[in-house]
Amino acid sequence: MPASAHGTAQFRAASDNSSLIYFDQHISLAAHQQVAKLLRLLALQPVSGIINLHPSYCSVLVKFDALKLSHDELETRLRPYLDRVEEIGLPEPRAREIPVCYGGEYGPDLEEVSEAHSLSVEQVIDLHVSATYIVYFLGFVPGFAYLGGLPEAMMTPRLATPRRIVPPGSVGIAGQQSGIYPFATPGGWRLIGRTPLAMFRPDRNDMSVLSIGDRVHFVPISPERFAVFENA
Amino acid sequence: MKTIQVQAPGLFTTVQDLGREGFGPLGVSASGAADPISLRLGNRLVGNPDNAAGLEMTLLGGAFLFPDGGILALSGSDFGATLDHIPVEPCMSFIARPGQTLRLGPTRSGARSYLCVQGGIAVKPFLDSASTHTLSGLGGFEGRALRKGDVLTIGGVSLPHRRRMVTPHILSRLSPRKILRCTPGPQSEWFSESSRHLFYNSTYRVAEESNRMGLRLEGPSIPVSSGGHMITEGVSLGAIQVPGGGSPIILFVEQQTTGGYPKIANVISADLPSVGQLRPRDEIRFERITFEVARALLQEQEQLLASPELIQE
Repeated sequence: MPASAHGTAQFRAASDNSSLIYFDQHISLAAHQQVAKLLRLLALQPVSGIINLHPSYCSVLVKFDALKLSHDELETRLRPYLDRVEEIGLPEPRAREIPVCYGGEYGPDLEEVSEAHSLSVEQVIDLHVSATYIVYFLGFVPGFAYLGGLPEAMMTPRLATPRRIVPPGSVGIAGQQSGIYPFATPGGWRLIGRTPLAMFRPDRNDMSVLSIGDRVHFVPISPERFAVFENA
Repeated sequence: MKTIQVQAPGLFTTVQDLGREGFGPLGVSASGAADPISLRLGNRLVGNPDNAAGLEMTLLGGAFLFPDGGILALSGSDFGATLDHIPVEPCMSFIARPGQTLRLGPTRSGARSYLCVQGGIAVKPFLDSASTHTLSGLGGFEGRALRKGDVLTIGGVSLPHRRRMVTPHILSRLSPRKILRCTPGPQSEWFSESSRHLFYNSTYRVAEESNRMGLRLEGPSIPVSSGGHMITEGVSLGAIQVPGGGSPIILFVEQQTTGGYPKIANVISADLPSVGQLRPRDEIRFERITFEVARALLQEQEQLLASPELIQE
């Protein structure tokens, strides 16, 4: 299997028309910044033959036109880009506030999460609200933001059996990850609350409320405020 | 403006073109026709560009009234089509006169049939594509499968009809396969030699709960070795992931862009259209090939599609 090292970045063939570029083997802020910088560099100076990019925590899947490029040719073309990645500046992170109604029908797993950690529901909410989260990447479905920065005291494994449908806007946690479901999709993360914001708006230029690199705070709201937001 | 009136939608009929590449950073996967070869053939029969939007029907076709007529072609699987009760040949263009109704029934072969109309199906593009992504309700016709009473608009091209057909001996070389050729997945070495042997030497059955997002497979369960610690990463079309339970899943056109399960293998690009023709309960096998052979097979397939003899008039 074609796999080779280049500095810290490793290439690995994923399919006959895609390669994964790994910046690290575990989740780190440094690897995240390399992912964000590579995306930015490729957006500014596209490489002919690359047709799509699927970013993640510490890797980017690069899909290419297999009639034009091979895995080795892709690596040859991207090597100079990776050499320059460190020079790329990232925009100042945007601060984003996400209103969340916690518990009850909005967060059906909140009580279980609090019991698992011998905390009160209020303590779990305080923990979740106190942290600053970083949008590591958008993935899974349109506009789904993978958030890093969940307080260790509330980290909880995902559900043994995923839900067939998670209501849109649900705020979930799984291990050290947190995220917001933009659409009604299946999902195995524990749901602790729900935002009334539409997280993905196809009719807007800025379709996704959250972008890679954003700093996120959650703001608790009441069910009454939730209803007001939702109807706004 | 010419229209199509949906009298019966069929089981699951969506507007699809060749998909929207380039929006992975937003979490948006490509979507597009499950069997892109058939969509391309259908479009060529009616004189459209390859990427024009057509209707993708699944297992059971619908009934479509053409109040203003149209130049049509059906491609992919044979759904026993009739035009005002007269049988219509697949992979051959034909004219619907104003007021005629095209009716399709249950499939007689694979999972999907495509209806292409000269001018294409006109919908508001989402991120440069007409494809429907049903899970997120984006693209296509109102982001969803068609319903009875929907009225679709046909794009504004009108050329004289020239009866065209796909040359049978080329069509047969493009026909769907049940032995899917694969290259190794990015975590293939996490699986033991005996797990890989099991995967490549077993017959798997396509489960009922399969769709455009993924095909779940029933058969011998693959033990996942603890070859490494999996971190969510970008996943490719046709990736075969093995969750903890050991039942493989083929990620398909409406795939998630990222996932956290190890991938043992990946269906080659040339065989992805065959995946789009798999029905629930179909039995399939996997054959391991190299990246070089996969590339040669894709080139060969594209050469067939570029052949001047592909379409006969």
